[in-house]
Amino acid sequence: MKTVFPLSIAAAMALALTPAMAQKTASQGIDEYRAMLADGNPAELFEAKGEDLWKKARGPKNASLEKCDLGKGPGVVKGVFVELPRFFADTQRVQDLESRLASCMEMLQGFNAAEIAKTPFGRGEMANVTALATWVSAESKGLKFNLSQSHTQEKTFYEVGKRLFFQRGGTHDFSCASCHGEEGKRIRLQDLPILTKSPGDGLGFAAWPAYRVSNGQMWSMQLRLNDCYRQQRFPYPGFGSDATIALSTYLGVNAKGAASIAPAIKR
Amino acid sequence: MADPMRIRAQAAGGKATVRVLMSHEMESGQRKDAAGKTVPAWFIQEVTATLNGKQVLSAEWGPAVAKNPFMQFSIKSAKAGDKVAVTWKDNKGETRTDEATVS
Amino acid sequence: MQTRRETLKHSAVVAGLLATAGYPGFAMAAFNKAGFDAKTVQDATKAFGASSLAESKDVTITAPDIAENGAVVPMGASTALAGVKQLLILVEKNPSTLVAAFNVSDTVDANFSTRAKMGQSSDVYAVAIMADGKALWAKKEVKVTLGGCGG
Repeated sequence: MKTVFPLSIAAAMALALTPAMAQKTASQGIDEYRAMLADGNPAELFEAKGEDLWKKARGPKNASLEKCDLGKGPGVVKGVFVELPRFFADTQRVQDLESRLASCMEMLQGFNAAEIAKTPFGRGEMANVTALATWVSAESKGLKFNLSQSHTQEKTFYEVGKRLFFQRGGTHDFSCASCHGEEGKRIRLQDLPILTKSPGDGLGFAAWPAYRVSNGQMWSMQLRLNDCYRQQRFPYPGFGSDATIALSTYLGVNAKGAASIAPAIKR
Repeated sequence: MADPMRIRAQAAGGKATVRVLMSHEMESGQRKDAAGKTVPAWFIQEVTATLNGKQVLSAEWGPAVAKNPFMQFSIKSAKAGDKVAVTWKDNKGETRTDEATVS
Repeated sequence: MQTRRETLKHSAVVAGLLATAGYPGFAMAAFNKAGFDAKTVQDATKAFGASSLAESKDVTITAPDIAENGAVVPMGASTALAGVKQLLILVEKNPSTLVAAFNVSDTVDANFSTRAKMGQSSDVYAVAIMADGKALWAKKEVKVTLGGCGG
């Protein structure tokens, strides 16, 4: 759902820009820029790496991840992204994609999931989790979000996620809702999607993992949430923590029916 | 060993449009790290491409080309099944070649 | 940071390799350090052997009006003219103006795209270096904006 610039702001912007640009709003110009980058998204490099990691025998157990159950059965990758987070019987937890990948890396390959969780984003096995998540998301590109809310824990996590979304705190008394709780909000030239309901195809939860051109990094949903908390001046949430999974559940359930464009390209 | 490139080559009207995504830092040499030291320049300097083993493209790049660079060019006479190989060489002498089949 | 001596040695080695590989035409394609060190469009084109610089409607520069982030800005240079030796892409206000130089031969279209880093809003140039020593250019202004929180 594209937010519409109030007429006054659009007019002010048109005045501020050169005559040639007056016909186009900055928002339209940026959309064109993003379209030019969509073909040849460097996220594809991480997709290729992720696919390779899924199939390669690695770790102390020298096994691949091809038997990993991401929610639709061992080895099934297509369609799982738009159904996560969900409850998993073997771990007795609601898990998002990344924590589930770490679980599989532990169960099948012998890696230590707790060690992975402590590894900074972009390094070591955490970078591999991101690459895997990028590939898995690509295998659901275009599919509509359809998270399950049939298990009690899934319902609980949704409610916890909702509470966390509106919980104000930190030095600036921010909550997720401060930026994402209303229509039509933006920071400078970045439109902020409203996340208390479905923001529409390819927005919010439906746009991560994403390659960020400003730092040339591949950002997963866990990193996106981590950085949101950083910007809110909260303490960093733990990787794969109940809090991050609850928030993802809230966002994912709200996004029901929206088409995923992950892995996307972002500023 | 550097990560592989993503090469897509599509034939249409006797030509082949080739799109390449390369995995490379493309460090400009203008940045300073957290300690204030300049991060040394590290970037792809030469790019070449062959069609069925014969050179068709050569280019020189500078450090201003973006990280994880993208390149698109069009080979004048190519058809489905032809092999396109792209090679890059950076200022440290590291090199990488990847191949794709024109579809 | 590569020393000047290493760069020159590297260029000589590359030129030598290219020459012995049977591509005397491409031996000139050894890394043109002067071109990439140039701070102006004129100096960069001079480094590629051009003797005159003129605007031309037959050269096209493709770039967005506004780039959300200067780290990755798509840009392309193309021309339908015959007798082109190289197509250069330049960002006028960058510390070094020249982004990339593509050799034009009879095996590829004179139409190349890549993505560049831009330090700030600037004119972006496509320059065609002609076999007769002329340099023909087209330019477009690209505004670079920072953007907000990265959503």
